[in-house]
Amino acid sequence: MDPKKASGKLQTDSNGRLRHFLTIEGLKSDLLTEILDTAESFSSVAEQAIKKVPLLRGVTVANLFFEASTRTRTTFEVAAKRLSADVLNLNINTSATSKGESLLDTLRNLEAMNCDMFVVRHNNSGAAHFIAQHVAPHLRIINAGDGRHAHPTQAMLDMFTIRRHKKEFNNLRIAIVGDVMHSRVARSQIHALSTLGAAEIRVVAPKTLLPRDVQKLGVHVYHDLCEGIKDVDVIIMLRLQRERMTSAFLPSEHEYFHLYGLTEEKLQFAKPDVMVMHPGPINRGVEMDSKVADGTHSVILEQVTNGIAVRMAIMAMIMGNRHGQEHAS
Amino acid sequence: MSNDTETQQLLDKITLDLKQLLKEKSISDPLMIGIHTGGAWVAKELHTMLAIKEPLGLLDISFYRDDFSRIGINPQVKPSKLPFNLDNRHIVLVDDVLHTGRTIRAAMNELFDYGRPAAVYLVTLVERSGRELPIEANITGKHVELAANEHIKLNGPDNLSLIIQKV
Repeated sequence: MDPKKASGKLQTDSNGRLRHFLTIEGLKSDLLTEILDTAESFSSVAEQAIKKVPLLRGVTVANLFFEASTRTRTTFEVAAKRLSADVLNLNINTSATSKGESLLDTLRNLEAMNCDMFVVRHNNSGAAHFIAQHVAPHLRIINAGDGRHAHPTQAMLDMFTIRRHKKEFNNLRIAIVGDVMHSRVARSQIHALSTLGAAEIRVVAPKTLLPRDVQKLGVHVYHDLCEGIKDVDVIIMLRLQRERMTSAFLPSEHEYFHLYGLTEEKLQFAKPDVMVMHPGPINRGVEMDSKVADGTHSVILEQVTNGIAVRMAIMAMIMGNRHGQEHAS
Repeated sequence: MSNDTETQQLLDKITLDLKQLLKEKSISDPLMIGIHTGGAWVAKELHTMLAIKEPLGLLDISFYRDDFSRIGINPQVKPSKLPFNLDNRHIVLVDDVLHTGRTIRAAMNELFDYGRPAAVYLVTLVERSGRELPIEANITGKHVELAANEHIKLNGPDNLSLIIQKV
């Protein structure tokens, strides 16, 4: 299966509205902007005394996490609850599949409990797409990270955070630094940034941590950190995905920090108003120095807060499109 | 900027009536909240004419509509902005047209998620026939009898004017 090609068609309906949210690839700029605008409105819900809106009352969301996650699962849960949905958290590693139940049998059982939406994280690329193909037509799927393929909600919350600070994408120079090879986040970010019209997208990494065909994504490749972040508006640091590394990609973490770790000194090469991002969790002293992670350029905790509004917007948009009717005024 | 003559007359009337109401109730510091979009335009005019000290609030009721499961989310939704605490305050809620009452129901549900006001008064530029809920305005510019296929709409934000269309 090639999830990259097939997901695009599966995730929108004949009117171009969102049915599932599986990958950024193939989505139009208008739709991405609509997600960001809708998320902007949802961010005001956090200011209410009662931080809840009744949109998804009676909807049941199942978080199907076949792979560990704290931040993503929690923010999906908070987002669903602020929309008044009911949430089931299933840690599948420790559940039925370890007793030999197949993925499809697990899904059929959840369908039989009248769930409406599955939020899926899986270590296989294409898992969310596979599930979207095999569930009943009323069910909606959100990809919360599949293997090395995509993590589209993370990319959208990053776009939201960038837009809040920088307003427009078309004059921005952005550097994505680190383990691009194993990073589904980087892939989704690159697709989102190029769809939204970012002026220049750079990737900065040692050769061993870059996919071979990375230039095909329309990025400029750098192997030196100081050169790579020179005059950029945004630096996105990636986590070293040690759990996905099956062989020796790096001499040592100490060596990696020396060459690719972001410090206050190296940050001087970027624009004075550069923003520093990281999808979390941070390996302090590996990808970046604590002074940078906690410094004035860092928007890392804002990213977490924004993740809630962005996930609320995506959930509301796909659930509001179950009957295929046109909007009334 | 000038509103069309009829709309301006209605605005003048609801301003006077609202002044009178606030005086009768001895309310010196009301909070004014307009419902996006037409209600916000009317509220802006009233807010200026009554010289209300507190900033104008803006309510977008998209997240509280009762027809979400049928028509989905409004892609033009705007953030609600209520830059004040509602608790124990007298709220003047403003909309352009009162029709079925469903918008006002949604607006009141949203308001109560922000706090517990002392009282809510409803001001609308026009009220038309077709109520589906037991909701009435405290103050309204005029009452219009319209058929189900007729639609009254406020054009704005500059040069406010009311138009009646057949749909």
